[in-house]
Amino acid sequence: MPDALKVTMPSDTEIVVTRVFNAPRQMVWDAHTKPELVQRWLLGPDNWTMPVCEIDLRVGGKYRYGWANPSDGRAFEMSGVFREIKPVERIVHSERFGDAESQVTMLLAEARGKTTMTLTIRYDSRQTRDAAFATGMTTGMERSYQRLDEMAAEAA
Amino acid sequence: MPTTHLDATFAALADPTRRAILARLAEGEASVMELAEPFAMSQPAISKHLKVLERAGLISIGQDAQRRPRKLEAAPLDDAVAWIEKYREIWERNYQRLDALLDELKSAGPKANAKKRRRKG
Repeated sequence: MPDALKVTMPSDTEIVVTRVFNAPRQMVWDAHTKPELVQRWLLGPDNWTMPVCEIDLRVGGKYRYGWANPSDGRAFEMSGVFREIKPVERIVHSERFGDAESQVTMLLAEARGKTTMTLTIRYDSRQTRDAAFATGMTTGMERSYQRLDEMAAEAA
Repeated sequence: MPTTHLDATFAALADPTRRAILARLAEGEASVMELAEPFAMSQPAISKHLKVLERAGLISIGQDAQRRPRKLEAAPLDDAVAWIEKYREIWERNYQRLDALLDELKSAGPKANAKKRRRKG
């Protein structure tokens, strides 16, 4: 499926996400830059809400996103500063999420009514990249913690 | 840091010789000599790779004191794959919602244009 989501790690400090949308570039741009639209889809796993969504779309402007899980009270935020803005084509911004800071570049290319989005997330180290996405991944990580405990016990 | 073992797993996998060693061990355990054979590499060089794999928990050393066969341990690989999959799932959920929103915006489009045309006329 050529349009499907692709996630790759071309180097040990980057994640590249590629996705094709069946819509013109202007719409995909709006959906990424207008707070009332972003709040409709940038939610993460099911059952999360996005009560905070502030976007000051200019070079040097800030954005702030906040998510909450009503069932257990968990909440977290992400924020950053816009570095480059080329309407409907390109956005470059910093992204601070917990302890991890990264640089994000989003490119939009349109062909035959479809838009290809390429998102490159660059971390300062492999550790921050791996750590940044551990938040909220409970089941898989719990098994990993147990395995880590076992390994530590074996090494002792 | 809870994710340090994932770090070790990915570091271990980020080398073609180590991936080839794991592929060989997936077929059954093997001694250092047997593992070194396919590569134009000395045993000490192979042993360095084996140490990285052992530290990541991807291989273990068998009981035979003489042969010391290496054995593949699948759990860390399963964890790494699960981690990548979880991340992909979250992104895919977001983009499915975005697909639905874009469909909504597309169907709202022509109506909004029609309104503008009536105002001009």
